[in-house]
Amino acid sequence: MVLKDFNLEMYENENLVLMGKSGSGKSVMIKCLVGLMEPDSGTIKVLGQDITKLDRTQMDELRAEIGFLFQGSALYDSMTVRENLEFPLRRHTKRMNIKDTDELVLEALENVGLAKTIDLMPNELSGGMQRRIALARALILKPKIIIYDEPTTGLDPITAKEIIELMTSVQKRYKTSSMIITHDVDCARVISHRMILLLDGTNYAQGTFEELSTSEDPRIRAFFK
Amino acid sequence: MAESFPLKKNLYSFFAEIGALSKFGARFFKELFSRPFEFKEFLRQCYQMGNKSLLLVGVTGFILGLVFTLQSRPTLEEFGASSWIPNMISISIVREIGPVIIALICAGRIGSSIGAELGSMKVTEQIDAMEVSGTNPFKYLVVTRILAATLMLPLLIIFGDFVALIGSALVENIKGQVSFMLYFNQVFSALGFRDLLPATGKSFFFGFAIGLVGCFKGYNSSKGTAGVGRASNSAVVYTSMLLFIIDFIAVFLTQLIYG
Repeated sequence: MVLKDFNLEMYENENLVLMGKSGSGKSVMIKCLVGLMEPDSGTIKVLGQDITKLDRTQMDELRAEIGFLFQGSALYDSMTVRENLEFPLRRHTKRMNIKDTDELVLEALENVGLAKTIDLMPNELSGGMQRRIALARALILKPKIIIYDEPTTGLDPITAKEIIELMTSVQKRYKTSSMIITHDVDCARVISHRMILLLDGTNYAQGTFEELSTSEDPRIRAFFK
Repeated sequence: MAESFPLKKNLYSFFAEIGALSKFGARFFKELFSRPFEFKEFLRQCYQMGNKSLLLVGVTGFILGLVFTLQSRPTLEEFGASSWIPNMISISIVREIGPVIIALICAGRIGSSIGAELGSMKVTEQIDAMEVSGTNPFKYLVVTRILAATLMLPLLIIFGDFVALIGSALVENIKGQVSFMLYFNQVFSALGFRDLLPATGKSFFFGFAIGLVGCFKGYNSSKGTAGVGRASNSAVVYTSMLLFIIDFIAVFLTQLIYG
């Protein structure tokens, strides 16, 4: 069992950062949130709906309200950038015409500053660009919640800073609630409204970045060294 | 005593694998008959598997016909039976050698490509991304690929058989001065429904096996790039074994039905 007696609430327009050691259950937790994994017991309510009681169709409808940025971007290799962005659109908005689809794709790409890459394949993009395109894909349905799984991992400091700025501007523009899993203290400092530290499968401590980073508890301090 | 443990473990994992594969196959049939059907992806897979295998199957078939005739000719000539070459070659190729060789070639080409593609999609979380996008990845990736392989393999085998016969006819034309017209007249008079039907029937099962094992291995590949390689490799190995088992069952049933 990775998570035990784990409780978490997330509020509207909030940027919630989760930090924890590798294997502390962060990824399991976010996978449970979008129905990629099922909890052994307990309740998970997303936007007021208990996801453990939803059928596949209801879960898919709920997933349209949740954007997910994967750690490795997870862009579809065999599709162009345009097709990558169209993919969730076609699944959730079946009657949308080509013109409207194109406009939405272009808008999402402009929001991440990569409109020119529309016809490129993912393998023609740098790691930072792939992460931005993945963010554009996560945003295209204008979700209420965005989940970021280690958004700056594997990026150089400059690109990581650009991604953090992008996340901040996205949150302001779309008024989304964001859950960010990260080991990056700089990312947490810039973006978090509230932080939760996971230790041994439980939420060991929570508070603002300032509160936690100045804590006297050595187990908490270890995260900020 | 200690040596018996690996055997026990291997046997256990073998049967566990068979069980998991059967479950995977059952899920395929369940998902196949539920809406929506991913028609566009299915067509794309048919193109990928069919059109892009044509050259390989064509070259293999042509050389198969060529070599088979070149090797058989001296022996048959020795017995004064060279006029039976078209009959013998066509029946051998259409009934047995063509389907099995082309299916093995396709197991390498299609099975490994499915295993590697799905394996790398799994490792790079693309399958999870699909699920989160509100798409059933099993339906989108697995059902379309298994169905495309099932339908494309018979077509590839028919094409390969035909090219093999052209190769054979070419040898007969050069070495035995037999015209193409005469060669194919003899071929078509030698072949009957009892040759064509079982061969076509088993080729559907060959295609199904290639698609099923490739998807099973790729979809369930363990994390990491080594897992992708393993998925691709074992897809080919398992499929090749399965093809021979299917072939044996098909031949056995054909003998039972036609005597």
